[in-house]
Amino acid sequence: MLHTFFSDLYHTFSFYIFCNFESITILKEMHELSIALGIVKIAEDETKKANAKKVSKIELEIGVLAGVEIDSLNFVWSSAVEETVLEHAEKEIIVIEGKGKCIDCDTEFYMENIYDCCPKCGSNFKGILKGKELKVKSLEVI
Amino acid sequence: MCGTCGCGSDSNGPVISKPRENEHVHLHSHDEHHHNHHSRSHHEHHHDGHSHAHPEHTHTHNSHSHDHKHKVLEIEQDILQNNQILAARNRGYFEAKNIFALNLVSSPGSGKTSLLERTLADLKDEIPFYVIEGDQQTLNDANRIDALKIPVVQINTGKGCHLESDMVYDAVKELEMKDNSILMIENVGNLVCPSMFDLGESKRVVIISTTEGEDKPIKYPDMFHTSDICIINKIDLLPYVNIDVQKLKDYALQVNPKLKFFEVSATNGDGMDAWYKWLKSIK
Repeated sequence: MLHTFFSDLYHTFSFYIFCNFESITILKEMHELSIALGIVKIAEDETKKANAKKVSKIELEIGVLAGVEIDSLNFVWSSAVEETVLEHAEKEIIVIEGKGKCIDCDTEFYMENIYDCCPKCGSNFKGILKGKELKVKSLEVI
Repeated sequence: MCGTCGCGSDSNGPVISKPRENEHVHLHSHDEHHHNHHSRSHHEHHHDGHSHAHPEHTHTHNSHSHDHKHKVLEIEQDILQNNQILAARNRGYFEAKNIFALNLVSSPGSGKTSLLERTLADLKDEIPFYVIEGDQQTLNDANRIDALKIPVVQINTGKGCHLESDMVYDAVKELEMKDNSILMIENVGNLVCPSMFDLGESKRVVIISTTEGEDKPIKYPDMFHTSDICIINKIDLLPYVNIDVQKLKDYALQVNPKLKFFEVSATNGDGMDAWYKWLKSIK
């Protein structure tokens, strides 16, 4: 996991990795941290609304085409949730598969990458049916 | 360090500044900042409230103890919703004032600022421009734009790797823009993270230079997928670099068949006329 994480980061942030060896600096270079902090904000707001104290379980839905590296999100998770209602929450990530529909021949097909073309006619024009999800599905609060 | 709120270079929150002015604005609404303060104040509040509101607490506990034990909230909330709401506010403001906003994204060093400088210098007599510069550190880019006498605001994101709509929302307030103009938002040089954050722009422009690999569009597909325009910069270097521009375009079209291309050199001006013509047509 660490290997993939660092090799992904390498291309974009090699400059910072070489210049700043502190791991926290590298962590903060990723949009996954913004995503994690967004999740924290939602959890804090909803917990308050429900007059609850903390979250015991959180379910996230993340599509494979959403642009979020789940390994990276897991990596920043513990630092993002520290001292928040999510600190001791169990986290479940439901990964949503990618599915597209060809605009030229109407074929529906599974997608792993946003640039996958229609397997039947080869067209790049498609509508994405699912796989872009990025949401907090549910919170179990106490 | 900022005298008002105590956050400074070590707090890493975004900062907005203008060239030739010493004042700067800290963005208190930014998630990271908000989170730090919020979590701390939440804790203090909790401890304070515990002793004072004790009878009420006991009452609530007695009457609702069974319901409250474990409650599942099916919220189905989009994680980027906050960013999207403020982006929509920005977009509404731009549309009402007939301001065309462009979000310029690319890797570091592809020539975003040079392209911007040349465009502004050549068109500033015909089109009123405003600029928001996004960088982790320094006022260097804002100073380059300021030298052209174009109103500019610098956002320093600190450790942040992209602009978010709340930063643009605050920066726009500093610009006091006139109607019927073009706002250029130069994002932080980064081909990954900015793709997920809508700023409220009218069009997103991805810039790639001929010194980068032709397969960048499929290596960083999200950025090319979410852009409307692709500018291929540094075409003056084509004789010296090993790149097949057609192949680059094919890769980009594979990711996003609707992309519109401009091939330019911000250094010697080649191809800039087509880009200018497009800018004038959207005005």
